Amino acid sequence: MSHVAIADQEAHLHHPKTFIGKYIWSQDHKVIAIQYASTAIFVGLIALALSVLMRLQLGYPDQFDFINPNSYLQFVTMHGMIMVIYLLTALLLGGFGNYLIPLMVGTRDMVFPYLNMLSYWFYLLSVIVLLASFFAPGGPTGAGWTLYPPQAILEGTPGVGSGIVLMLVSLAIFIVAFTMGGLNYVTTVLQARTRGMTLMRMPLTVWGIFTATILGLFAFPALLVSAIMMLFDTLAGTSFFMPAIVSLGEPLEHEGGSPILFQHLFWFFGHPEVYIVALPAFGMISDVLSVHARKNIFGYRMMVWAIVIIGGLSFVVWAHHMYVSGMNPYFGFFFATTTLIIAVPTAIKVYNWVLTLWRGNIHLTVPMLFAIGFIFTFTHGGLSGLFLGNVVIDLPLSDTFFVVAHFHMVMGVSPIMVLFAAIYHWFPLISGKQLHTGMGKIHFWGTFLGTYAIYLPMHYLGFLGVPRRYYALGDSSFMPDSVHSMNEDITLAAIIVALFQLVFIFNVIWTVCRGSRSERNPWGAASLEWHTPDVPPGHGNWGDKLPTVYRWAYDYSVPGARKDFIPQSTPEEDVDYEPGGRKSHET
Amino acid sequence: MVIALIILGLVVVTVLFHLLSPWWLTPIASNWQSIDTTIEISFWVTGAVFIAVNLFLAWVVWRYRKHGNNKAHYEPENKSLESWLTIITTIGVVAMLTPGLIAWGRIINAPADALIVEAIGQQWQWTFRLPGKDNALGGADARFVSPENPFGIDPTDPAGRDDILVNSQRLHLPVNQSVKLLLRSNDVLHNFAVPQFRVKMDLVPGTETYQWFEPTREGEFDILCEELCGLAHFTMRGTVVVESAEKFQQWLQGYPTFAQTQVMHNADLVAGKQLYSNCAVCHGADGAGNQNFNAPNLSILSADYMARQLRYYRDGIRGAHPRDTIGQQMVSMAYTVSDKADERNLLAYIQSLPPVASPPSRNSGNAKAGGAVFEVCVACHGVEAQGKGLLSAPRLAGQADWYLYRQLKHYSMGWRGTHPEDQFGTQMRLMTRTIQNPERLDDLLAYIATLAPQGSANLSVSSTGGDRP
Repeated sequence: MSHVAIADQEAHLHHPKTFIGKYIWSQDHKVIAIQYASTAIFVGLIALALSVLMRLQLGYPDQFDFINPNSYLQFVTMHGMIMVIYLLTALLLGGFGNYLIPLMVGTRDMVFPYLNMLSYWFYLLSVIVLLASFFAPGGPTGAGWTLYPPQAILEGTPGVGSGIVLMLVSLAIFIVAFTMGGLNYVTTVLQARTRGMTLMRMPLTVWGIFTATILGLFAFPALLVSAIMMLFDTLAGTSFFMPAIVSLGEPLEHEGGSPILFQHLFWFFGHPEVYIVALPAFGMISDVLSVHARKNIFGYRMMVWAIVIIGGLSFVVWAHHMYVSGMNPYFGFFFATTTLIIAVPTAIKVYNWVLTLWRGNIHLTVPMLFAIGFIFTFTHGGLSGLFLGNVVIDLPLSDTFFVVAHFHMVMGVSPIMVLFAAIYHWFPLISGKQLHTGMGKIHFWGTFLGTYAIYLPMHYLGFLGVPRRYYALGDSSFMPDSVHSMNEDITLAAIIVALFQLVFIFNVIWTVCRGSRSERNPWGAASLEWHTPDVPPGHGNWGDKLPTVYRWAYDYSVPGARKDFIPQSTPEEDVDYEPGGRKSHET
Repeated sequence: MVIALIILGLVVVTVLFHLLSPWWLTPIASNWQSIDTTIEISFWVTGAVFIAVNLFLAWVVWRYRKHGNNKAHYEPENKSLESWLTIITTIGVVAMLTPGLIAWGRIINAPADALIVEAIGQQWQWTFRLPGKDNALGGADARFVSPENPFGIDPTDPAGRDDILVNSQRLHLPVNQSVKLLLRSNDVLHNFAVPQFRVKMDLVPGTETYQWFEPTREGEFDILCEELCGLAHFTMRGTVVVESAEKFQQWLQGYPTFAQTQVMHNADLVAGKQLYSNCAVCHGADGAGNQNFNAPNLSILSADYMARQLRYYRDGIRGAHPRDTIGQQMVSMAYTVSDKADERNLLAYIQSLPPVASPPSRNSGNAKAGGAVFEVCVACHGVEAQGKGLLSAPRLAGQADWYLYRQLKHYSMGWRGTHPEDQFGTQMRLMTRTIQNPERLDDLLAYIATLAPQGSANLSVSSTGGDRP
């Protein structure tokens, strides 16, 4: 097993000696993970504030002087882009991927620590460039997070001068950062697993992050080329995406380009992006459910294959975002079929999560509450996706509030439920302290019920035909006044949900400053990351000797065993069985 | 424990919400009942899964919550259970997909006898074109667009000569007649959506897309643009009027063919001057307007804009609000030039007057702050407020500020721009709502005043608008 030899090279560990080496220019995956996570949460809070501003306009149109049609579109655009790319992708992969992969597969660090460090600093640079557009003349772009040309680079759209350029440049830098990190994650999983850690013994968290990273490495290049091509179109006057156009009364020089080409490139990235966010979330929630239900994950092998199959299928469904784009309509048959097929492995995952709880010993801890909340929100969001994926139903619903409600349930609320579950779950490992349970529960109930209050009615406004990305709905004969009062209520719910996030922020700060030390392994988890010599793990993770893995990560409540979990690193002969106890399951 | 009850409660709330929601699909007005049917089937399938999964979840959480010394069951997998669930899910998916794909097959194939109508989108207006007797539309391209040919029709294509140009946001269609709507954009992406018809499709510059439907119910239906098309996306609205075939024919006859719009008559300035003597009483011999008579500055306006306003006055689209007494005065005046030739001569004469900028009368605004407010106006009215003929946006620079103030007020109070035929007024109504604070209004006017200082030479006016390309 040559990979173990690489991972075990204790002599080559260079422990950092200075503060800067340890915490700033750090090459330790755990420090980098925390840097990624803090930056992502910081921009996420900005995006949260933008969503409140946007909701204020929708709920109380004509009330706020500082929100005009330009700034409204800027809020919409920046909220979407930050949430999808700079928060979710960065936090799930750069944050949790970085922290958990080496600990879960039993290695000392990522295989390319220096590249890993660069990955974070490029990510930070991309965030700075993105935020700089708020201060650029004309402000950030207001083209919608999909940045569709020609509109994205023409007069009549906010941020057409520097905003769009900064956005595209920032995306390009982000992709460079992602590629450096992503190559690391994939290589580490494939090459640096410890003795006994076969692929089919890896926790589903690692499977989810690993598969998502591979998706990212294939998908992000499509976004990179489209960003570069659009930069050429706007700066050098090329016509990749620009046909002959009369823009606001002025004929332009462009001709011969195709706006639909951009949409294909964008969604060839954009759809896998949904799963780049979803698969790590799927993996992490599986582990949280299993640990807190004291029961092995149900159908592990099926769960692994479902992740892999969903990942593969996610590359052949992209044009379901384009049913009404004017592409060849015969594509509709193909993409509707592939899209609905993807529902089957996804449904299996949901069944297996519920079946994991079935006949379990469910500890209703804060992470478990978020996990149960996730099953509910994800089921809801997944099922509404079956409407939009079925090409004919997309016709009345596309570009209405239904779409907004659907994708927020499935890729906003659901991954965020997972992220909170994961933060509450792994916080004792990362900081050595446990977040306050009471505040955690308040945070959960406010977030779970509040978000459902936002999005459940929004689906129905969509059925009515209320269009999205409208600064003001104005008077339309088909919209009764109740639409406007509902919009007000949704805005109130959104503000309440935003306020509940302050409880979380306070909880984190309070715990870090005042919290008492938690137990080493407070949840009694069997997977490797909880069994390091020090908690939080030190540089190099494993002290003198790498662990050896003897079993899968889900030996909970093994019949006959005295304790209700058997760590992955415990050999069969060391398991404390009751007299006459059965041998554990082995995969 | 609580969470199990809450999940149960949320299932009940969701089902009740679904049954009691006042918001639901609009009453259908087209032949696409099959879309609604597919939605209904999907609701049965997904609703069953939603209820089953979440009730089971709630029960499991309640039943297997930690209590006493209970221990979890150890069961890594259950092949037959997993297979059954996979099979049932697949059946559900097939049940939803099959009617969807069958309906899609019909949606993408328009019948051969469908009425051909072209919808043209540009920021932020709809216009329409219908074929003439040859039942074929002439070629068109953004490169042919000019103030004289705003539809961009190929002047060399004989098929385009008899095309009927509907320069209005209102499209009339005959009931129970299938329509193939060809979609064309001259600038950015738009989307033609009528909620009651169910179907929608993007307009893509550089190519032509289509949708087809058969209106089955008479009435007026909103057209919405549902692809983000810039800052005034939300104002891009129109109306489809579905009516009997006879009424439709009658409506169609009111619009000119492409050939007719291209015939330019020579105007008679002498006759125009004579006609203008009536107007000069209030608007002044130089056309510069007079605040005492509430008469705006005409010398800076384009003939197209003035012609449209005269038509609006005559047709009860402008000046019809009972409290708009100033507008009412113009209604009777507009009737004096209801003859087409008279109107052309009059407007040609006004055009021949040298443009004069009106002096500012309201000095309370802060021009710098007004510049920020004006950012929203720039897209249509131009950076210099020079107006854009192709967008039907009048020149503002040089116009009397008291007049602009009154018009903005009229828009926001609904005295102007509420008539369904006033396509641009509807847009301005939505736009004036973006200025809530009355101080901002004065700031805006102060800024516009800086764009054309009195006596400035920067006041050239063309027949159709400000800066021509």
